[in-house]
Amino acid sequence: MSDGTLYDHVWDRHAVTELPTGQTQLFVGLHLVHEVTSPQAFGMLAERGLDVAYPERTHATVDHIVPTADQSRPYSDDAAEEMMAELEANVGEAGIDFDDPTTGRQGIVHVVGPEQGLTQPGMTIVCGDSHTATHGAFGALAFGIGTSQIRDVLATGCVAMEKKQVRRIEVTGELGDGVTPKDVILTVIRKLGTDGGVGYVYEYGGEAVEAMDMAGRMSICNMSIEGGARAGYVNPDGTTYEYLRGRDAVPQGDAFDELRAYWESVASDPNAEYDDVVTVDGNALEPVVTWGTTPGQGVGISEEIPAPEDLPADKRETARSAQKHMGVEPGDTMAGYPIDVAFLGSCTNARLPDLREAAAVVRGREVHDDVRAMVVPGSQRVKAAAEAEGLDEVFTEAGFDWRGAGCSMCLGMNEDQLVGDERCASSSNRNFVGRQGSKDGRTVLMSPPMVAAAAVEGEVTDVRELEAVREVRA
Amino acid sequence: MSPNAGGDATSSSGPADTVRRVTGTGVPVRGNDVDTDEIIPARFLKVVTFDGLGQFAFFDERFDSATPEESRDGGAVGADEPLDHPFNEERFQGASVLAVNANFGCGSSREHAPQALMRWGIDAVVGESFAEIFAGNCLALGIPTVTASQEDIEALQDYVDEHPDAEIEVDVAAEEVRYGETTIEASVDDAQRRALVDGVWDTTALMAANADSVEATAASLPYTDD
Repeated sequence: MSDGTLYDHVWDRHAVTELPTGQTQLFVGLHLVHEVTSPQAFGMLAERGLDVAYPERTHATVDHIVPTADQSRPYSDDAAEEMMAELEANVGEAGIDFDDPTTGRQGIVHVVGPEQGLTQPGMTIVCGDSHTATHGAFGALAFGIGTSQIRDVLATGCVAMEKKQVRRIEVTGELGDGVTPKDVILTVIRKLGTDGGVGYVYEYGGEAVEAMDMAGRMSICNMSIEGGARAGYVNPDGTTYEYLRGRDAVPQGDAFDELRAYWESVASDPNAEYDDVVTVDGNALEPVVTWGTTPGQGVGISEEIPAPEDLPADKRETARSAQKHMGVEPGDTMAGYPIDVAFLGSCTNARLPDLREAAAVVRGREVHDDVRAMVVPGSQRVKAAAEAEGLDEVFTEAGFDWRGAGCSMCLGMNEDQLVGDERCASSSNRNFVGRQGSKDGRTVLMSPPMVAAAAVEGEVTDVRELEAVREVRA
Repeated sequence: MSPNAGGDATSSSGPADTVRRVTGTGVPVRGNDVDTDEIIPARFLKVVTFDGLGQFAFFDERFDSATPEESRDGGAVGADEPLDHPFNEERFQGASVLAVNANFGCGSSREHAPQALMRWGIDAVVGESFAEIFAGNCLALGIPTVTASQEDIEALQDYVDEHPDAEIEVDVAAEEVRYGETTIEASVDDAQRRALVDGVWDTTALMAANADSVEATAASLPYTDD
């Protein structure tokens, strides 16, 4: 078993007791709530006559069903309006802070937590959403839970968990121009498999990760679940602390220094023991795109799409059906794959640095005639900050639609959906069949600058081959 | 809805019973990496209760519907063109043991997925491996997720195909799956086995009993001073 890792430290600090099942009762430092997975949990609580135990450690937003065009109430979709009204009633009654769209703070749950400083190192963080691992970028232990577990957390402030093993993923070297954290995580999933992380928590480190800003670290941790790992994290460091300083929920002055001492204390020890260590050569990476229908079916932009018979036996059948669905042939590269839709958004890649990187590609160019392109900022604050530096104009002048904040076309729970067998260049996290709202739709996952390049060229394009594209990550 | 969709009783309330074994006919759903978007597409998540989700299990693989709007309302289900899928086959109606392959239930944390399977009639899932959140969600509903080797699972799936009326016995306590003359060695995660066999998977009740210790843990954390 691991010893002395951040996972061990945070686990030990939050362990309440051992349950008769052998699981550990773990105290939850931050419970994030959204409209899709919570209503049934609040219902179960009411059925049992229980109250929310720690409303002050709970925070809500609305993201999955929220329209990104006309956000006036009532929403035109009755089902969406009902879910919003249910959430308002539940959080209102329990006294839970809620970023409703009139606050100017609304956005995707994994964007608003960090940007408000609610997400902090050394915390346990849960949410009824599999992408909760995002918050691990701050050195928190963060994982997705189901609705019955949401009931547990609402009622007791705790979750019942079994301890996992820890795999260190060391990304050495330096990422080249046009290569982003998204390319790192798509490589990790391709290498270790979509179920390689089952039973593990991933610790991401090494020079390339240490050099990343918080947005980049969030992109990587975000997709841990796509590799089967329920949680992933990066040890907190100076980059983390500077990001947090001055945020709404972060104390200032001496209180900040006291907290910082705790944050430093939970980082993995220099001689920490891991259950497994995997190394990825950051110098060798190129932009990665997916050719199939699982996030593990990725390929470097200059590499050939693999033949199913060259893959391990258990991957062949999935590869065959994926290639049929996508309309791709082994031996081709993904460069040149035609694109109908470009989606820049999601909890993986809709933060300000992501929008800046994409805007740098788009500036002075136009969206291809055959492409409908949209930018969906991760939160109202991301949107406002982007507008303050004129990014909205860069996008709209090029022909992108500039939308309100939400999950949008990542999963098509609002009106933003693929139609028929449209092919989408997407900065989101899942290329599952039907994920973007049409069961015949085809999703190609890639980084924000690669989405921008695909939007202007009308086909999957190596962003490094477009002129005058420079690294702008702040 | 299948006739034995009565598992709903364990879904949300009341003291948990024990689940030492599940017996019933089987239904195979083949393929690795079956994700929760396949088990229940996101458009059916626009609900505030889990009631009635059974009819949407594997919806997009069971029905060819022209538009999401047409298939969103429960009433439109009959209007959709049925496709080949085990959940549509007459011989598998009434099945309660689902036989699947590797990494079943990957993707989204939506509890709607096991809720839809349970409300269709599934009381136990036997597979090569499961995604963690999915398995945890099943446990919360009292549904065992039992693993066995690829060879044994494929043999079970073939058997169920040929003998849709045969009883499959999933013995959680003994970690075995029995059918016909065959017994296969299965594996049940320790905590899951204890929870089901001892009837202690109602974690809300278990943890609520420790409220004082929770307070003490909370107070010991530097970040709870605010």
